[in-house]
Formats: sequence, C-alpha cells, structure tokens
Amino acid sequence: MIEQFQDTIRAAVSAGRPLRIRGGGTKDFYGVSLQGDILDTRGHAGIVDYEPSELVMTVRSGTPLAEVESTLAEGGQMLAFEPPRFGAGSTIGGVVASGFSGPRRAATGSARDYVLGVRVLDSAGRDLSFGGQVMKNVAGYDLSRFVAGSFGTLALVTEVSLKVLPKPEVETTLAFAMDESAAIEALNRWAGQPLPLSAAFHLDGKLAVRLSGAGAAVTAAKARMGGEVMADDAAFWTAVRDQTHPFFAEPATLWRLSIRSTAPALGLGPQAIEWNGSLRWVAATLPAERVHAAAKAAGGHATLYRGGDRSAGIQHLAPGVLALHQRLKKALDPAGVFGPGRMHPAF
Amino acid sequence: MGKPEAISAIPAVDSHALISRLRAVLPAPCLLALPEETKPYECDGLSAFREVPLAVALPEDEAQVAAVLKVCHEMRVPVVARGAGTGLSGGALPNPQGVTLGLSKMKRILHIDPLARTARVQPGVRNLAISEAAAPLGLYYAPDPSSQIACSIGGNIAENSGGVHCLKYGLTVHNILKLRVVTIEGEILELGGEGLDAAGYDLMALMTGSEGLLGVVTEITVKLLPKPQLARVVLAAFDSLEKAGNAVANIIGAGIIPAGLEMMDKLATRAVEQFVHAGYPLDAEAILLCESDGTPEEVAAEIERMEAVMRASGATQIRLSKDEAERLRFWSGRKAAFPAVGRLMPDYYCMDGTIPKRKLAEVLKGIAQLSEEFGLGCPNVFHAGDGNLHPLIMFDANVPGQAEHAAKFGSRILKLCIEAGGTITGEHGVGVEKIGEMCEQFTPDALETFHSVKAAFDTHGLLNPGKAVPTLHRCAEYGQMHVARGKEAFPDLPRF
Repeated sequence: MIEQFQDTIRAAVSAGRPLRIRGGGTKDFYGVSLQGDILDTRGHAGIVDYEPSELVMTVRSGTPLAEVESTLAEGGQMLAFEPPRFGAGSTIGGVVASGFSGPRRAATGSARDYVLGVRVLDSAGRDLSFGGQVMKNVAGYDLSRFVAGSFGTLALVTEVSLKVLPKPEVETTLAFAMDESAAIEALNRWAGQPLPLSAAFHLDGKLAVRLSGAGAAVTAAKARMGGEVMADDAAFWTAVRDQTHPFFAEPATLWRLSIRSTAPALGLGPQAIEWNGSLRWVAATLPAERVHAAAKAAGGHATLYRGGDRSAGIQHLAPGVLALHQRLKKALDPAGVFGPGRMHPAF
Repeated sequence: MGKPEAISAIPAVDSHALISRLRAVLPAPCLLALPEETKPYECDGLSAFREVPLAVALPEDEAQVAAVLKVCHEMRVPVVARGAGTGLSGGALPNPQGVTLGLSKMKRILHIDPLARTARVQPGVRNLAISEAAAPLGLYYAPDPSSQIACSIGGNIAENSGGVHCLKYGLTVHNILKLRVVTIEGEILELGGEGLDAAGYDLMALMTGSEGLLGVVTEITVKLLPKPQLARVVLAAFDSLEKAGNAVANIIGAGIIPAGLEMMDKLATRAVEQFVHAGYPLDAEAILLCESDGTPEEVAAEIERMEAVMRASGATQIRLSKDEAERLRFWSGRKAAFPAVGRLMPDYYCMDGTIPKRKLAEVLKGIAQLSEEFGLGCPNVFHAGDGNLHPLIMFDANVPGQAEHAAKFGSRILKLCIEAGGTITGEHGVGVEKIGEMCEQFTPDALETFHSVKAAFDTHGLLNPGKAVPTLHRCAEYGQMHVARGKEAFPDLPRF
C-alpha cells in the first residue's frame, strides 16, 4: 500500500495536480477549500502494535477510529483526548490530521499531546519516521506533533503511535443552574482546585460538569461541589463529543473560539461553553471580522467550524507567523501537492 | 559520540567590528568580551566540551535580544542561546566564532493569573521559582526536571524537559500555552495563545525541544495546576530485575498512572544508601518507588491497589511512607543517585535512552554484558514508568584511555536502545553529545527534512550551528569520531 501511495504522490507531483488526503471524509465540512484528487487512506488499515502496559498503540492511518476505540476498550483503555466522531467512517489518520479533541481535552490534553510518533510520506514520496513509540523522546525536531492538526497539508501520515490512558474507574456528572458569567467563574475556580474534573458543558443557563477518577475521589468531589447528579450522562457527553447534541445540529453557521478560559461572556449569539471556559461555540451567522476581533481580544483565535462561506473562516495569522507557515509548508511539501488551501489560502 | 560540527562553513568574523556593533545595542555591563569574562561560559553541564565564545551578550529585555540577533544576522555570526547552563548534552556549548546569548538577566515573573491558572515569565526564570511564586495560590508548574532549583524555563523549552512526574503530568510541551520568540532576523513572533490551541500549524510543538536552533524564546506563558493535597510513596523491593520490570508493567496494566514510578538496580541502591541513608533494602536486586498523589481519598484508594499489584508481582518487601518526611527520605536516595555514584568513582557518564518498557529486562541484561565487556561498572536508575533509562557509566578519566572507553560503552548502550525500538535521548537532548548517534536513529532523508525545517527559520544556519541535527557529511564520517567526555559541571545538583 505504501508503494501505491508513493506512486500516487509522484504521479500527482509530475502532473502538477494537488492531492486531497482523505479517510472517511467525515470532516469534509471543515477547512477553507478542498482541492485536489482524493487520496483515500482507508486501504492502509490495521493496528500494528498494541500492548496495554506500554500505554502505546501504533496504528495505520486508514484504520477506523471505531476499531481503535473498541480495541483499546478491551484493554480497559481509551484515547484520552476523546476525538469527535462525526461519522462511522472516521479514521485515526483523520483524527490526527485534524487534531480535533473532545470534552476531556481541558483535563487530559489534546490529540497532538498524545502523538508519540508518525510515519509519513513526503511530497517526494520518501518514507520518513519521526518520534517513536516511547513517552519521552527529544531526538530531532518534534515533527510528529507538528503534523498533528495540519490537515494533510504537509505530508501523508501512514502510521501513528499514540499514547493511550486507562479508562477512569468511575464517571459521574453534576448539573447546576448557572448563567454564563457564573459558570465561567465557577469552572475556573474548580479547575484551580484538586478536583477530578474531566469535562464541562454550559448552555442556556445550565452547566454540566463531569467528574472522572477513583470512586472515592469522585464521591468526595461530589460532596464538595454540590449540584444534581445527571441521569444518563454517558449519552449526554457522547452527544457533546460527537456534536449530535441539538445545539450543534441546528445552526447554519458554527464558529469555534479558542480563548482565555476566564474571558467574560462574548455576547456574540447563542453559545455553548466547553473546556472550563476556554472553548466557546457560537451558533450564529456573523460578520467574520467581528468574531475574529472578539477572539483576539480574549487572547485567542476564531475558526469558522461549519457552514457559511468557507472563505470567511480563514484563520488570522500575524504577518511574520504567516510567512513562517509558508516557508514551513514549502520546506516539507516543496511540490505543494498536499491539500493546498485547506487551512489557509496562503499555504 | 559527539563533537561540535565543522564550523568552517561560517566565514571568519571580524571580532572587533562585531563587538563594537554589539556595544552599540547593549548597555556596557551586558556585554562580555574579555577572556576572563567569557571563560565562565565555556561549557554547560557537559563539561568535557569547552569553547570560549567571541563575546557573551546578556540582554536585559526582548528589544536587546532582537538587536543582538539583528547584528549577528547581518554579520553572519553564529549565536548560541543559553539559559542556566545546566544542560547535559552540550547544547549551550559556545561557538568559538560566535556570540553566546545568555538570558539570565531576563528573570522576571511578569504576571500570574490565579483564576486562569497561568504564569507569564521571562526565559531566565528558574523552573522552581515559578512553582514557588504560585504556591500561595495553591498552584504549581508541573514539569520538574531534577535540576529545577537551577535550570531556567527558557532552557526547559529548548530541551522539552521532563521530570519524575511527567508520566502523569506531561513534558514541557504539554504545559505551555504561548511563547514570544525572536527570530535570527530579529523579528518578534507570538506563537500559541491564551486558549488551549492556536491558529495554523502547531509551532509550539516545533519550538519545544528545538535546542536553540530555531529561535530565541523571550517570554513564556505556562499552565499552572492545582497542587495535589497529598502524596505518598510505596517502596517495593524485588529479588530480580525481571520481577521489578513486570511489576512496572502490572501497575500500568492495572490502569494506574502513578505520579512517579522510578527504579534503581542493586548497584545504584547500594551507592545511594551509603550516601543518604534512605533506608533502602541492600539485598534487593531492584527497588521501585511508586508515588500516588491527589485528594486523600484518591491516594488511599490508589495506594491500596499499588501495594496489591506489587505483592502479586513478587515484591520481597513493601514500605509505605508514613508522613511527608519519610516520603522525602524515600525520594532523597533516588534524587541523589548521580552524586552518590560520583562518590564511588572519579568520573561517571550519564546516559539518557528511552525504550519500550517491555524491553527493560532485555536491555538491562545487554547493559550488564557490556559492563563486563568494557570492564566498567554501570549502575542503573530510571524513570520506569516511561522507560527512560539513565545508566551511569563509572570510569576514571585519569586512567589513560578510560574516558574514550566509557564513551564507546555509552554509544553501545544507545545502540541497544535504538535496537529495542527506543530513542537515544529521552530528556537530555542531543546537543553535541549525541550528534553522532542521530545518524543511527534517523535516515538521511529524515535528517534532510530536519535541515529543511531549520532553513525555514534560519536560512544561514546561524542559530546554534553544529548541534542537535548532524549534517549528512558528518554522518558519513561518523564512527571515527568518538571523543572523551567527563563528568558534569554541577555535581551537587540532584539529577534524575
């Protein structure tokens, strides 16, 4: 399969036709533009290595996320960053390429945090390995974490080694009636205390907070925090994670703002809050400049996540940073074959 | 083994012109150019390598950093950034044709936001100083490299430093939000953000651990975590290395992520016990230190499970720290392992390979065989939870040839680590020390890719030239380049 990919890449380079690397296509909705002939990774599937006591799984990029998760579950483990599953076709390559992380992210880290190593094909078709299968590795630049979240614009990831974690012993969810400001304040206060918080979701005056960990710790935290225990909370968090929750289902346009967790209410429109306040979803059609400015003022950035005019979602990068992106794109993909314009028209 | 790479690629510098231009952008006390002033900067923690720079610039602020870099860029002068100089791989070894850019004067904690749980600091701030400043708020900065009383946060970024607690709390790369970086051209970039992710590519990942080859960090926003209410440590003894290795696998396999999980073999235990009297069992082939932290309820439940796994794994003795004083005593031995070994022999050479944990017994056997073959003692201490080995090769540099012999032994250990599917450096960095072994770990194509990345930041190759990533030419020569090395420059600092 590697040889086939190499042939495809070389042919695309010599024909001057860009390639659009794609797994299950569940994230086709995302990005500034989709250009090029599809390079389907799904033929390159299978778990290469998994030993639960190593806390590492090595897997080919076309492997379905569902297979990865069910195999981990058999070992009592999980992908701690809870990648969203936007469809049954979701592949682990897409998970890494998007870098998307779910509700547990603020507590346990992001997709890129769990990448230990990658095997990639570059635009010359060269088969390269960076990082490895071990937790600590500072040999060479950290290109494995760098390609996470690059949306297939730098190289074709053919294999990835991910750190995995044990599933928590117990999970329970507490519900509180709180307005936005009170919720932001409470989430930040709790996050500064030794509490086993693992997720938060605020919408329409209701705050849900998930606790995960040892039974004794969760019980003690519950007593300390108050609130009502939410019934059927697993289904609730699945809906938040996979964006099947009604909040995500309706909007024509969904903005994602990644900002300072303590930033006050943004007042941009219907909004859901995650990640202890540092992730705000705004479901409203708004002038792009207004959203970007609000995010910048709150120490972060905005992305048009779903719907609307894709070009409005172009992320803002300072001129020097943008120029560096262009140079890095050129350094890793000199032929410019991988997904040009997916992340930004300039690279 | 390493040696600074050919500097001949960079043309000779008119040092008078350089110094007069630097004088124009720096206050007088911030520029050192006399030999007696620059000599103290001749090495970092890897003191076997020494070079004296043309000048040492000690800027007081970011504008001065940018000005120095601009001068050096225009004059094509190499720049070696330096924090506290505690690094163990020669990453801050000066360039004899270059400027050492010391960030030690930039040591202010600029802002701590207790609610957002972040600290904005200058690069010269000591790692431990951040946690000390955050302590009254019940917060701390998690990565705790063993040199944390001295090492600087800027250096931690350059090396992606870990520490005893990184299995649970992550490395430097997992605990920082935002950087201000000055490029070799003197341009100031802001990377990352106050949110948990940033727009565009993950430049934070690329900068962290780049050993001063891509840019100079002038400001860091770190994450602060709530301080665990309680920590307790289990000390378990085993009559074989295999059993201890299995116990490590069983702990993780049981779904426990200890706050720290460290192993010492018999040689290391004995060396340490003589030194600190931690009360370690001297007859054990290996001892494990396994720490639990969190709320009192969490710790009680976790400790119970840890002890059960240790028992089931065949521990011959299990002790639990009764109080904080005993916990610190249990750790004191582990923390003192390097100096303790240093007391047994005039010199030792600390290795830093990482391997998959399941290969532990195999690799340790290999090291024991090599120890016999080379006739040099080699106690082992390691971060068992993440497979990071620190074999300590004992030698006497005054015995002719022994330093070279120790270096060869070290190189063979690193080869074992690569063969086991591991890496030549878990946390100390490549620097000049392991530049040769990089040729073994990476293919020429991968090395070429690293050079392309470097060129995207630094076209003329002026930032820390000759470190971290070998040229292909260098790799072709690799094999006849083994050189001597000595002991650390900071023998009194605890090392993990």
